Amino acid sequence: MKPREIRLSTTPSAEDIAALRLGDIVYLDGLIYTAREGVYMRALEKNANIPMELPSESAANFHCSPAATIRSDGTFDMGAVTATASFRFAKWLPEWMAKTGARLIIGKGGMSSKDYKEYFVPNGAVYLSTVGYGTGALLGRGVEKVEAVHWNEELGLAQAMWVIRCNKMGPFIVASDLEGNCLFERENAKIAGNLARVYEGTRPAVLKRYGETDDRSDEVIG
Amino acid sequence: MIPIDLIQKTAETLMDKAAIEIPEDYLQGLQAAAKTEDGDLSSFVLEAMLENYKAAKEDGRAMCGDTGTPRWYVKMGNDTRIEGGPIALEAALRRATANRTDGVPLRPNRVHPLWRTDHNNNVGIGAPEIEYGYEPGGEWIDLITVHKGGLFGTDYRMLFPSDGIEGIKRFYLDSLVAFGKRGLACQPAIIGIGLGGCKDTCMVLGKRAACLRTVGSKNSDPKIAALEDEFKELGNSIGMGAMGFVGKNMVIDCNIEVGYCHTGGMQMSVHAFCLSSRRAVARVFADGRVEYRTDPDWFTDYQRRETVDWLEGAEEVMA
Repeated sequence: MKPREIRLSTTPSAEDIAALRLGDIVYLDGLIYTAREGVYMRALEKNANIPMELPSESAANFHCSPAATIRSDGTFDMGAVTATASFRFAKWLPEWMAKTGARLIIGKGGMSSKDYKEYFVPNGAVYLSTVGYGTGALLGRGVEKVEAVHWNEELGLAQAMWVIRCNKMGPFIVASDLEGNCLFERENAKIAGNLARVYEGTRPAVLKRYGETDDRSDEVIG
Repeated sequence: MIPIDLIQKTAETLMDKAAIEIPEDYLQGLQAAAKTEDGDLSSFVLEAMLENYKAAKEDGRAMCGDTGTPRWYVKMGNDTRIEGGPIALEAALRRATANRTDGVPLRPNRVHPLWRTDHNNNVGIGAPEIEYGYEPGGEWIDLITVHKGGLFGTDYRMLFPSDGIEGIKRFYLDSLVAFGKRGLACQPAIIGIGLGGCKDTCMVLGKRAACLRTVGSKNSDPKIAALEDEFKELGNSIGMGAMGFVGKNMVIDCNIEVGYCHTGGMQMSVHAFCLSSRRAVARVFADGRVEYRTDPDWFTDYQRRETVDWLEGAEEVMA
């Protein structure tokens, strides 16, 4: 069965978000901004003023550093955009969401269902995953215009806050829903049954690693 | 004598090619995978990737927004002389990296590990890495750039002879499953395995097995080649596909390289060269010819030599 395709605004209504199902394919219209550890630390730990009106301008936080440059005349050249793994930002996300009203967190790999239940669901937010990973050229085609780059001087190009106007930017995959379900955990559970068979005949290493586990339902994130 | 300007110009072209054009061998591997894939979501992902390679080439934009950590492998024939010597060569490769980071553009990924200083050009302390190899005879230089992603999918473990093949399989599966979940390894990938050497060379061997050998290539030792086939199949029988979704394609190919190690040990490393397996190669000759290709052809008989002296080479020199 082919997944469902949906056009979604980056300032979505509560109903728009409630209608999303795990595994739906989403294309975005409107403004998104990039924010990762650099922006989170500056805004939340150093209390710098966020240089945008959030969430009225955008409720879509992209965990991304674009492959982009600022030309000498101040204009932008943005080629490809690809997400970076989101689990590393769990430390800042609850405060960020409360402060900015972000309802679409876009990145790589998703978060745990515990994260979704604890602070995504109460904020009416869902997680959108990029596809691949690495459909950077396709996402780049969805960039209509780079509106601004904030904090480039303080954080550098990779960590700066890029504000991007999107036109049917995608594809993204809906990886959480308003019940706090996690697409990746659902897939992990389906695969888990086969793991014992694949591991059959292998042997645990003679030299253990301190803290090592053989629990194959474990994940390296979180 | 190979002109230094030609080296820099060629290196700049290679930076563009690596970032924009998926190598043909990986593309064919992924197309074959897409045909067999029957998981709904993983099929969608593979089709999107194939479309993405096309878009990158049509638009001349980087195929992935994370353009990795560009690095260089340089190989030269024994008779090669470079205008300005090795210092000029390294400067040319650093300039090419910086110029094309801005030009393509690539993402300026390289920062200081502690101060997070970003020169916005992928150049800094120890960056880009430049590694060397030599071949008997010839006046030419191979420039190979690899833009590998740098965060997930790689691991090292000290195994011992008593761990045996079963222990090797276990660590291989552990690495694939650990980083395959949620697709952190950006699979299906070319999986490189390093066996033996010392801890650092084991990592180097595995990384080169992933990045410097093409899809479909075989180790020259038939027993290792058989192991490569077995491991490819094993990885693809996990039931996990692209992004960690249910699927059949995790490994586009598995390449194993070995090095002699401590008699008590059996070092192992696993590396995943991702859905954007970016590499580009050119051979530059003293007469100004430049031949572009995608196969680094790194692991020659000379690179895998076991003897004290290289007899074939010695014969060539004498003749």
